[in-house]
Amino acid sequence: MTKIWMGAVLIAGVTLSSLTLVSCGGDKPPETAKSEATAPAAAGGAAATPDEANGGTVTGKVAFAGEKPKMATLDMSANPACERAHKGSNQKSEEVVLNDNGTLKYVFVWVKSGLPDGKQWAVPTSTVSLDQNGCMYKPHMIGIMTGQNIEVKNSDPTNHNIHPMPTVNADWNESQSPGQAPMMKTFARQEVMVPVKCNVHPWMRSYIGVVGHPFFAVTGDDGTFTIKGLPPGTYTIQTWHEKYGPMEQTVTVGAKESKAVDFSYKG
Amino acid sequence: MHQRNVGSGLRGFAVVLACCTFGLVIAGALVTSNDAALSVPDWPLSWGKLVPTLEGGIRYEFAHRAIAFLVAILTTILAIRMRTRLAWSALALVLAQAAVGGMVVKFVTPAWATISHACLAQLFFAVVVAIVVDLYSVAAPAVMRSPAPLVAAVALFAQTILGAAVRYGLVLPVAHIAGAAVATILVMWAALSILMQHMENATLRRPAMLLLSITFSQVFLGIGAYMARVAYSEAPQPMPVMVWFSVAHVAVGSLAFGAAVALAMIVYCQPRSETVMANRGIVIA
Repeated sequence: MTKIWMGAVLIAGVTLSSLTLVSCGGDKPPETAKSEATAPAAAGGAAATPDEANGGTVTGKVAFAGEKPKMATLDMSANPACERAHKGSNQKSEEVVLNDNGTLKYVFVWVKSGLPDGKQWAVPTSTVSLDQNGCMYKPHMIGIMTGQNIEVKNSDPTNHNIHPMPTVNADWNESQSPGQAPMMKTFARQEVMVPVKCNVHPWMRSYIGVVGHPFFAVTGDDGTFTIKGLPPGTYTIQTWHEKYGPMEQTVTVGAKESKAVDFSYKG
Repeated sequence: MHQRNVGSGLRGFAVVLACCTFGLVIAGALVTSNDAALSVPDWPLSWGKLVPTLEGGIRYEFAHRAIAFLVAILTTILAIRMRTRLAWSALALVLAQAAVGGMVVKFVTPAWATISHACLAQLFFAVVVAIVVDLYSVAAPAVMRSPAPLVAAVALFAQTILGAAVRYGLVLPVAHIAGAAVATILVMWAALSILMQHMENATLRRPAMLLLSITFSQVFLGIGAYMARVAYSEAPQPMPVMVWFSVAHVAVGSLAFGAAVALAMIVYCQPRSETVMANRGIVIA
């Protein structure tokens, strides 16, 4: 019996030492497009707002070259309420949405660097909506400022849990039943991007770009973006797509100047 | 391990607990493989109720909780009835496992908690297997002094830890694959050395062959699970082939670890009485 206990102690020792090793090296966030906290001033302080009248503008489009990707059909049979929401039609994954003009939808575009150091930007008082509708997140991708409110709604007749998976912001996971009041959430630190998922319906996935300034955009049905009110300067513009990853370009804009920066992803 | 009279009822109860625990391991693997671990964001209640609406991932998570509750009750009863160190250890492990499971939910899957949850599950299953072996008083008439069975058990448990770490993205799959090669060699060392020396002894031969068979099956299931993950790496949701290979890999991994622990128990436990010898290692109370 003594040997059995010695064996048990040995196994427990292996468990603890392995867990220590694993956990010590495992919690470091990966090196992606995120930065230390850029805490913008609350609205009403000495924070700046984009000067759309006199500032520079960066516009562009995100094109897609190569073979048109085939989007996977989602299997919603695990929840009849989700299937009914689409009236029997097949719902496709929104991982890659190619617009009719050959551009990509749902690409996050933001000013990664070049803004004046230490400048505080006012947090918009408007809320950004993230709806759960037809067991899909609508929209699939949003951008917000640090400290800006997100209103999470459930328009479905079924339960959802909202589970963002940040690496530098705080984790949270909350349930939202049908008819439940919208919940307001914020992210304190800049992080591009924060994936959001629903574990009740594992096909549901959304992305939130959290930025410490107001210079960002998400491409829509025409694949274009516009970032207005930039102070004169040289900026690194980064795009981020959930499948094809990030791309960067540098652009210099002056006061009241508009520059075009186009990106092209290859399939 | 001391000799005692044990009723067949208690043995049967322990076997039921072992089966339920194996079912719990499968239920847990279904939760993880279906990406449903946090589909119930509260604990110990589920969506604020005793029984939530069973839909989507909630079905897997709630079934896992229900089976876990049953296993905890059965373990408590067994511990009270047996009052042995192994039984108390099983109770302590199942309570710790419930607490860690709750922390996974409350603190939203910290890596240490999720990996601990996966490893404690295997450890608990092994302890329950040890209880069953103990209750059936199985011992080898010819005792081996080789450390091979214990080393094989430790290696298989280490593989459990690595597998969980791979699943949660903390280590690369190559570590688990390399570990599989090492664990398989150690299992072969343990089992083949027993078979070569004690082929005539059914008490040793059967578990050794069982351990070999399960371990080889596990290697092929591991290959299948990996290939399924590669094949469906771009799928927008868990695909059935991927889920079933992963679940089978976890379940058979538990069986391999359990078989190694059982073999180690049989090998290292001294024959306890002449009755043991007379019955070729099986005591009938």
